[in-house]
Amino acid sequence: MKQVTASGQTVEDAVQSALVQLNTTEDHVDIQVIEEGKKGMFGLFGQKRAIVQVALKENPVDQAADYLKEIAQAFSSDVLVHVKLVEKHITFELEGEKIAMIIGKRGQTLNALQHLVQVMLNRHAEDRYRVVVDAEGYRSRRKDTLEQLALRLADKAKKIKKPVTLEPMPSYERKIIHSVLQNQQHVETLSDGQEPNRHVVIKPVK
Amino acid sequence: MEALITSIVKPLVEHPDDVSIDVKEEASKIVYHLTVNQADVGKVIGKNGRIAKSIRTIVYAAGTDTKKRIYLDIM
Repeated sequence: MKQVTASGQTVEDAVQSALVQLNTTEDHVDIQVIEEGKKGMFGLFGQKRAIVQVALKENPVDQAADYLKEIAQAFSSDVLVHVKLVEKHITFELEGEKIAMIIGKRGQTLNALQHLVQVMLNRHAEDRYRVVVDAEGYRSRRKDTLEQLALRLADKAKKIKKPVTLEPMPSYERKIIHSVLQNQQHVETLSDGQEPNRHVVIKPVK
Repeated sequence: MEALITSIVKPLVEHPDDVSIDVKEEASKIVYHLTVNQADVGKVIGKNGRIAKSIRTIVYAAGTDTKKRIYLDIM
């Protein structure tokens, strides 16, 4: 943790000089007063300078971004991490060479990464963050693919008049399937099986 | 590779100083044996081994460049 000790005529002065050194503002630090300053008599005798210790508060979101970056470095040396925070929803967008390696087959490496970042971020947090780790628009590409797949298999289910079972997927991918088929009258969808083998079944409606 | 494993595991546990890795190299595979503080075992395994599975997925993916197969042993 980054911290500095600073002194000044008064506590405020000392804090201000510490903030300048850390190049930050008062909301991002923890302040500990070590010595209250004393003006002294006529500004001459018994004068004591105020001493404070100011520590930079670690922002959990920054920590998570660093964590992600450190892991991504094992795949390629120049990965950029962009952070987008909307209330408690955080999106980390990875960018760089060899991104395909980080995504993995059907996004399995990316999903593992997302899971670990979520665990790491919520380990001490009182309010939970929802984490999405994305790479080069993979999540939206995958959404398009899944929507097309869902529509195609819904037609198939209708044609063969039998339920169609999809391969196991994580919950947010199953949700995409459910919501795209919600308004289709001729089929209904449900999820079957236990995690991590939980999968969508598309059933024709008689 | 050891660096990757420690950097994945350390932020997840309460006692990062107790994280250690033994490497055993065999003819066709490299085995990384991860040990953590007794109190942190659950934190690296997770419900139904989900965290352990995620760690392995990443480590194996990062190890595709190496010629030998990689195994990650936890505890």
